Parts: sequence; C-alpha cells; structure tokens
Amino acid sequence: MENRDDLIVNDSYAPMVNHSEEEGKAIRKKIWKVTALLSILTAAEIAMGIWLSSRDSGYWWAIKLTFIIMTVVKAFYIVMEFMHLGHEKKSLRRYIIIPYVFFIVYMIFLIIQEGFLVAPIT
Amino acid sequence: MAGHVENVDSATAWGGGRSPFNVTYGKMMMWFFLISDALTFGGFLIALGFAKASADTWPLAEEVFFHFPLTHANLPLIYVALMTFILIVSSVTMVLAVEAGHRMDQKGVQKWLGWTVVGGVIFLASQAWEWSTFIAGPDGMLSTWADNATLTNNPYNPANPDIVSYTNFFFFVTGFHGFHVFTGVLINFLVYLKVKKGVYQERGHYEMVEKVGLYWHFVDLVWVFVFTFFYLV
Repeated sequence: MENRDDLIVNDSYAPMVNHSEEEGKAIRKKIWKVTALLSILTAAEIAMGIWLSSRDSGYWWAIKLTFIIMTVVKAFYIVMEFMHLGHEKKSLRRYIIIPYVFFIVYMIFLIIQEGFLVAPIT
Repeated sequence: MAGHVENVDSATAWGGGRSPFNVTYGKMMMWFFLISDALTFGGFLIALGFAKASADTWPLAEEVFFHFPLTHANLPLIYVALMTFILIVSSVTMVLAVEAGHRMDQKGVQKWLGWTVVGGVIFLASQAWEWSTFIAGPDGMLSTWADNATLTNNPYNPANPDIVSYTNFFFFVTGFHGFHVFTGVLINFLVYLKVKKGVYQERGHYEMVEKVGLYWHFVDLVWVFVFTFFYLV
C-alpha cells in the first residue's frame, strides 16, 4: 500500500474498517427505508404545495410550519444516515452540528429582530 | 462500518498520536468545508425569507412554475418535484456506492457511482430547461428580451417589473446550487474513472468515494431546503 499522509500511525481508522456481506445487507435495508421515507415526505410536500397553497386562509402559518418541519426531518435523515454522521463518534457529531445550528438560529433571530426596522426592499 | 471501531479512553485520546474523533483528516476537512458552505447557503435562504417578508408582493411558485416539457398542461410544481426526486435518487445511489466500497466490491461501486453521475447530469439538464422557461417569462418567448426575466426585469410582477428581488433570488440561489451540482458531477466522474482503473481497490479502501459522497449528499441536502423555501413556502 502506498504511503499516506492522512492517517496517524498505529491506529485502526475508519477507512480500514470494511464490513461483511451480511452487514452490508442490513445497511442496504436501512438505506431503502430512508429512501422510502424521503420520497413519501417529498410527495406529501408536493401535494400540500399544490392543494393547500391558499395564502389567504387563516391556516397558512400552520401549513408553512408543517413544510418546515418536514424539511428538517428530511435533512435529519440525509445527514444522519446518508452522510453517516449518526454513526460517527458523538463528539464529532456535536462538533459539527452545534456550532452550525447556533449560527443559523442567531442569524434567523437577527433577521426577525431587525427585519421590522427596514423599509420594504425591492 | 466506519466510525465506531473501539472505545477511546478520553483521558488519553487527546494526548496525540491518534484522532480523538476517530475520523481521517480528509473526512474531517470535508465536514469543515461543508459547514462553511452550509453557512453560505443558510445566509442565502435567510436573506430570501427576509426579502420575501418585506416585499409588498411576491409571485406564487404555483403560478410561475407550472410548465412541463413536451406538454402545455398546467402542472404546478410537478417538474420541480421531479427534479427533487432525481436528486434524492442520485443521493441514494451514492450511499449504495459507499456501501459497496465497504465490501471492496469494485463492480458495485462502479455501477452505483455511474448512476449517481447520470442522475446529476439529468438534474443539470432539467435545471437548464427550468432556467430557460423561467427566463422566457409568462409569454413563453425567449426572443423578446424586453419582457424576459432578468436581473433587472421581473415579468412575474407586471405591475412593477422593476421590483426584481424575486428574479435575482431565483438566479442566485438556484444558480449557486446548480454550480455545486456541476462541480459534484465533475468530481464524481473523476472518482468514477479512478474506481474503474482500480486505484482504490489497490489502495485497500474506498474512502475517496465516501468523501465525494459527503459532498454529493450535501448538494442534495441544500436542494431539499431550496425546494421548501423557494418553491413551497
């Protein structure tokens, strides 16, 4: 094997760890489950987008909230399963997610807080 | 599977000589890059929400995106939904490529990565069609430049075509995402060629497929948010 500079010596890191045929089967089953979930949620979003799109009804805020929740659920499964973050070490998971969520929540807070003070933009 | 090899004693984990997070340098740097990229897209979408909330009128997506190739039927959001689905499917084929890589199954990686590239190309082609339809505007004619959708003209708001944040956000958000898809397809294709040559088989692991996989899933992830915040709410 060629020399690599991205590994620290004497350790059994992720790339060296392969899985067996049986483990692969279980993993593929999980992948198809997540695929089904993502497809169903997307289909539901489309259906709602087409039939529940009246902005004038008093329930538009609830529909909007449902869209956002569905999106976050989809994002959760993509990041945790497809991007494998759910199976990494807990410290790495927190290290990646907490700072990001903190900044985004802060940005949303700023926009909501200061947005009322800005004249209509074009 | 990757990641959970053994329990690390936290007292010694940070003493040097090993990665406390139990990932390789390359994967961690890919995550760092994705976090910064996600902040860029987050900024874009939050700005979009801001512009939308403070604008007097904002075109409804169902009334702008109802075209479908080869038909004149009114099919609101169906084409965008199809694009979303294509991207999700190409994300699935990418995880399957990564999974095949963990079994050192060269043919499997090649097959699934190949389909991922195909999915990406179809998405890009759809994006091109979407853009040309959007630019043509309500009259459906690309040739009449004066009433096309551009950065300075918004035909979807006939009363005030000078109020252009709608068209600007469309071009910048979907364009920036589309450029990510383009580079993703390019990188996936290069890795596909190396898989075909047997480079990773010889190296003993398919970590490179995992790394480009992270990027490709990220592209899909961003589209999930663009779809919600540009087309649905």
